[in-house]
Amino acid sequence: MSTNITLALVCGLLVGVGIYLLMARGIVRAFLGVLLMSNGINLLFLLASGNAGRPPLIRGADTGQDGMTDPLPQALVLTAIVITLALTGFVLALAYRAAEAEQTDAITDDTEDARVARAGEADAESEVDVLADPTSDDEPADGDVGAETGPGAGATR
Amino acid sequence: MSDWSWVVPLPVVVPLVGAGLAVVAGRRERWQRIVSLASLGFTMAAAAGLLAAAHLLDQPLVVSVGGWVPPQGIVLVADRITALMLLIASLTTLGVTLYAIGQGRDSHEHGDGESPLPVFHPALLILIAGVDTSFLSGDLFHIYVGFEMLLVASFVLLTLGGTPDRVRAGVNYVFVSLLSSMLFLTAIAMIYAACGTVNLAQLAVRLAQLPESHRVLLQVLLLVGFAVKAAIFPMSGWLPDSYPTAPAPVTAVFAGLLTKVGVYAIIRTQTLLFPGGGFVPDLLMWAALATMLVAIIGAIAQDDAKRLLSFTLVSHIGYMVYGVAVGNQMGLSSAIFYVAHHIVVQTALFLVIGLVEAHAGSTSLARLGGVAGTAPLVAILFFVPAMNLAGIPPLSGFLGKVGLLQAGVAAGSPLAYTLVAGSLVTSLLTLYAVSRVWSRAFWRSPGGDAVSDAESDTALQTRPSHVVPADPATAARIAADPAAADPLVAGPVTAARRTVPRGLLWPAVLLVVVSTALTLAAGPLYAVTDAAAREATARAPYISAVFPGGVP
Repeated sequence: MSTNITLALVCGLLVGVGIYLLMARGIVRAFLGVLLMSNGINLLFLLASGNAGRPPLIRGADTGQDGMTDPLPQALVLTAIVITLALTGFVLALAYRAAEAEQTDAITDDTEDARVARAGEADAESEVDVLADPTSDDEPADGDVGAETGPGAGATR
Repeated sequence: MSDWSWVVPLPVVVPLVGAGLAVVAGRRERWQRIVSLASLGFTMAAAAGLLAAAHLLDQPLVVSVGGWVPPQGIVLVADRITALMLLIASLTTLGVTLYAIGQGRDSHEHGDGESPLPVFHPALLILIAGVDTSFLSGDLFHIYVGFEMLLVASFVLLTLGGTPDRVRAGVNYVFVSLLSSMLFLTAIAMIYAACGTVNLAQLAVRLAQLPESHRVLLQVLLLVGFAVKAAIFPMSGWLPDSYPTAPAPVTAVFAGLLTKVGVYAIIRTQTLLFPGGGFVPDLLMWAALATMLVAIIGAIAQDDAKRLLSFTLVSHIGYMVYGVAVGNQMGLSSAIFYVAHHIVVQTALFLVIGLVEAHAGSTSLARLGGVAGTAPLVAILFFVPAMNLAGIPPLSGFLGKVGLLQAGVAAGSPLAYTLVAGSLVTSLLTLYAVSRVWSRAFWRSPGGDAVSDAESDTALQTRPSHVVPADPATAARIAADPAAADPLVAGPVTAARRTVPRGLLWPAVLLVVVSTALTLAAGPLYAVTDAAAREATARAPYISAVFPGGVP
């Protein structure tokens, strides 16, 4: 079976552009990336189904090289399209909700993550102390209480 | 023997029908709960029947969906691994559902006061139907469909209420999941192009005929897709950011089930489709080592108990991957045992942390204290599964880990020994992480009487744990920082201790008892997993059950 080089190139292009868009911070933009990728992958299925131009149905024929076209990849693509459609609806609703709540559809950083990272940077030394002696809760204190963290994410949850 | 095959589709069909009925029941909460519990109970009974049948008949049960014969149609296959997973999954989901019911309206409480359809129960039922589909299916694309079912349901559950926090966590989760689905789909397309089929049993034969390089490419593509779902090291960062924001029952069911579906898919593809050595199992071993160590070190740095548990969840996925990758029967058997143990224990732990939150109003270790004094039962409920997770003898976590260690020693390669050492270190660090939760949230005195509280807090650079510390230096520093002295933002949450409602308590007790009972049932369970591992490594039983007349 010879492969259709145009389809292969288009498939690669769609997936590539999709990955590029996926790295964006905006939800809608990133999701457009997912949509492009999924279309690229659908083309990959079409590539897998063999050459174009074969008849859709022949009584008693096989799905080999010269017989009728292979129906299975088309069924798979159809399923994938339906699933993507459902996901599109959900993600757009999510993006709307995010825009409503935060006035932007950009993905924001995780506050708890940032807090833990900050705490680690500020007090790396006593962190090591605790690691060295897990049984003791009576470590001598040499950090500054509450100066760095204050009301963190835990309070707002 | 085929008399039993009618049971095979039930774990998928029953929850789906239940989900439909639960939507119809809508706002009649009582009916919705009855439908939900009944369908989960029925699913559990079916799964137990399947396990008994698969084990006693010593043969996988097969159903051709819609009467289409295998290469054309989809097959559902229930062998021992599948049946065991189904049973454990429905058991934990039942526990979580009881817990959510005990929580009452909280389970679908909405942050902004608007209350659209009560979707918790239908979404949970669809989730379990998707999980069961992935477990049962003998068709690669059908597994993808099962994944999508459970993903969509999990999206809904994770963003329940649509509060900004949950939307943010949900967006990350949705995109990571979509990306892994895309990878999986790409792998399916390539596998179809190479082999002309997506039936697992047929693939098992045809993949072996491919050139080595093609096979490795397909294997790695599939594994990367599954590894994102199972949260294996380089692809595990998404999990601790997204799970903890959800309501307690949702986090519990996610922690128990979703990653294990990825692990199951890895077990299935590694044993059935890509048996034998090569460099991929070695790669998996390294990934397992990194998963265990990196995640458990992450757990130690956490202040929020839910996040800490999420990190231990990721870390212990490493044990299962290690069991699969080590490549002998004992490793596989222990990995399956460990999956069963870990689903129950991790779910129980998240439910208990939910109890702590209901009791003390927080899960932040800096703000909790003295829960063992104010709620001793909750403390016991935490202690037992926590020790189980860390692998203290004689609990089931210990038994699972011993099996894995034996498998590693039996494999004997330097890499396997490295893994043995790594898993021991991970076990110790897990003990450290959970005992940190224990000593801070449960054991230390809640009020402002203990100086050591302030000092241990300082050591981890968190907020002061009391408003008026005995230590004058700390008091001076708090005086310099008025925000820290504000009882609303910096004080311990001692004033607002509430008794835990009974409806929340007993489902958690149930799961903790089940997780502990796995220790007593470890003998029979290991007998099942040993047989399951034998069945899976032999491959022939699976293939000949799907194609009794030989593979076309």
